[in-house]
Amino acid sequence: MSRSGQGFNPVIAGLAAIAALFFILPLTGLVIRAPWSSMTKTITSSTSLDALWLTLIASLATTALALIFGFPLAWLLARVQFRGKALVRGLTTLPMVLPPVVGGIALLLAYGRRGLVGEPLYSAVGFSLPFTTPGVIVAESFVAMPFFVITLESGLSSMNTRLEDAARSLGASRLTVFRRVTLPLIAPSLLAGTVLAWSRAVGEFGATITFAGNLPGVTQTAPLAIYISQSSGKIDEAIALSLVLVVVSLAVMIGTRNRSRSA
Amino acid sequence: MRNDRARMGVAVICLAIVAMLAAACGTSSSSTVRTTSASQKVSGTVVVFAAASLKDAFDQIGKQFEQANPGVSVKFNYAGSSSLATQIKQAAPADVFASADTTNMDTVTNDNLASGPKNFASNTLEIMVGAGNPKHIKSVSDLANSDVKVAVCASDVPCGKYTQEVFKKAGVTVQPVSEETSVSSVVTKVTLGEADAGVVYTTDVKAAGDKAAGVAIPADQNVTAEYPIVALKDAPNKDGATAFINYVLGSAGQKVLESFGFKPAGK
Amino acid sequence: MLDADIRLRLDRLDLDAVLSVQAGEVVALLGPNGAGKSTVLRALSGLLRLDGGKVELDGTVLEEPAKHIRVAPEKRPVGLMFQEYLLFPHLSAVENVAFGLRARGVDRRAARERAAAALERLGVAKVAEARPGNMSGGQQQRVAMARAMVTEPKLLLLDEPLAALDVSTKTDVRRQLRATLRESQAANVMVTHDLLDAVALADRMFVIEDGGIAQSGTPAEVTARPKSRYVADLVGVNLLRGTARGTALELDGGGRLVTGQEMSGQVLALIAPHDVSVSRDRPDGESSPNVWPGQIGAVDLMGDRVRVRVDGTPTITAEVTPAAVDALNLDAGGQLWASVPPTSIHSYLP
Repeated sequence: MSRSGQGFNPVIAGLAAIAALFFILPLTGLVIRAPWSSMTKTITSSTSLDALWLTLIASLATTALALIFGFPLAWLLARVQFRGKALVRGLTTLPMVLPPVVGGIALLLAYGRRGLVGEPLYSAVGFSLPFTTPGVIVAESFVAMPFFVITLESGLSSMNTRLEDAARSLGASRLTVFRRVTLPLIAPSLLAGTVLAWSRAVGEFGATITFAGNLPGVTQTAPLAIYISQSSGKIDEAIALSLVLVVVSLAVMIGTRNRSRSA
Repeated sequence: MRNDRARMGVAVICLAIVAMLAAACGTSSSSTVRTTSASQKVSGTVVVFAAASLKDAFDQIGKQFEQANPGVSVKFNYAGSSSLATQIKQAAPADVFASADTTNMDTVTNDNLASGPKNFASNTLEIMVGAGNPKHIKSVSDLANSDVKVAVCASDVPCGKYTQEVFKKAGVTVQPVSEETSVSSVVTKVTLGEADAGVVYTTDVKAAGDKAAGVAIPADQNVTAEYPIVALKDAPNKDGATAFINYVLGSAGQKVLESFGFKPAGK
Repeated sequence: MLDADIRLRLDRLDLDAVLSVQAGEVVALLGPNGAGKSTVLRALSGLLRLDGGKVELDGTVLEEPAKHIRVAPEKRPVGLMFQEYLLFPHLSAVENVAFGLRARGVDRRAARERAAAALERLGVAKVAEARPGNMSGGQQQRVAMARAMVTEPKLLLLDEPLAALDVSTKTDVRRQLRATLRESQAANVMVTHDLLDAVALADRMFVIEDGGIAQSGTPAEVTARPKSRYVADLVGVNLLRGTARGTALELDGGGRLVTGQEMSGQVLALIAPHDVSVSRDRPDGESSPNVWPGQIGAVDLMGDRVRVRVDGTPTITAEVTPAAVDALNLDAGGQLWASVPPTSIHSYLP
């Protein structure tokens, strides 16, 4: 700080302090007000465990879907020229700026029982996504995948593709080029995108409750359970569950901090 | 160098203290309140926290109240009664609380945030199904069929408690596909066609018009929901609160409630 | 032995170049920017598709569009050293060099040993474990070379191998490149814009201009008889075109000169700058029949010599000593008389 020759600036320091406090205080509040004495019992209640388990598998499934479908999409957007590309990019990243509950309604109109795709599906096999755990995964994917795609796309397009030419000229097959050159070079943005998508999926609320509904053990993820608890006055349960989510998220953030700085 | 660090630390602490003091001192009420104790003339804003099932009726009452009292504006916050009670206990700035059951009203009065609630209306439950009743549901026991998707209110919401009572009275175990946070969400799930049936208030079925159909619940299985209303002790607009409650309890308000399908209060 | 007939169209470039290179031979490819030099290399390596023609290496056809034959770049025994090196930033030098070997199935240990040996040969063993970001330009260049050569390709393509080096490093590296290429048994094609590289390293050279081979031959042949303005500029000589009738030369751009040889028809005429004399006053008729006036167009100091361009009919560049610059007060501009003895005008067929 002083080595760079820039003096100490009280205005910047002050504003930064306020910003830091803004985030630290609520988290501190959670820790202080937590019902520590009954914590274990609260967290291991069947509702809490159901909610946490559901959150875990749904968010992991969402992340896996993001990887499987989001990677090719990001590749397409970064590497291939085609007409209407701007439109595709706009539409696939729209969920990022859309209020999640709007996303939920849109999902109902498309995949609900009377939806564009949902209706033929229901008539054909009698299955519809709302009220099911797959429905939760769909809702979470809708809001989380765009984050993955955008992050990965930027990593792919900022990479020097001529390095792939060099690898081919050295005798590497396309798969080897991908494995030994492309992947290592986009690894930071790949990791960042995955973490972003996962954490967005964990915290998803509006689209989930609107599209998938709320049923413990089936569609009641942790954020829903927390909301139900706090709105019925069971603040202690809400805080306990919230703390679990905070701790898990913090652990993931810290664990991936250094490696997800883009190359 | 060391001086810089010390100075920054002091500045941070000072600015943080200033920020916290500003936050603590600045909790002034939002509405412009001019409560004149002597006159009966009401003014300003009246904030009403009302159960979701009261929406259509209270919107109408609110309009009429504003017409009768120029210079007043009524603002509504509709949600599940338990959610509203929680907000009130967290010191949300409300003038009036109208709950869909006495249990949630009690949590507010027990905390000494209000006293002397009065029942102003009652409601019964009804099964709501899609227009034309495609699944041919005729009774509460039909809801137990595995191929019927039933949405209900979550059990901490008044309508949810009432629903559980109905199921108990009918001797039926129903597996819902979703427990919604307010009765309006149940209505949405049914009218959108996602759920085949939902247990809602009679007034909700009436309000849905031709978007849905209703299946009556016989009196021996049904419950009567009593709706109490109260002015909050910390109401920013106490006169406004009293005037509004009087309007609701008065003939004009009761007429509106009746037109939306509410029944008069028991007791 | 490389036999290539490269025909392809890329953006605004229409490339049609024929070249052949023997094993162990070093061929230089020169040309102005955009002429197609790097495109030729990319086509030979397979990174660019041909539209027509054929590439044959040691009897195997690598590409022939007419017969739908195309060997993918990773399957060609071709090594390519890029102008910007393109070393893998996430791998160390030895891992970079070993990359090609491992891609071709050599096991990790053996690949590493061979890579280390290659780095040693080129004198950069000490950066073996370093990443490209931590190497100097000269070190990167040598690692890039080692990487291209370690797989013992039958065709080695070098794209401006010395371009990114600073002057002091360049001389050393050029010397080293010469020694390395001498040992190689591959056919070597080197793209460069520096005539010095061609002269020092190449057995033969091709000049590409506007997508076609404008001239080819040994460096000595090409520099002695440039056939295009580009080469003439590269060599640093005056090149004029005209029609000859005996020793009379009628220039295309206007003007008449008397040459030292009897020629007829369209010819090129080379005049070395140091054979051109300039004076402020018109020289008397005895000294030379080739005397004409012009305006001083440019005066360029080039080390210990000065080049003066005289814009007249024809425009000619003369070389004078710095002393003459003062004596003639060339900096002031104005009119100058140029004179060239007939014997200094070398005409040849284009």
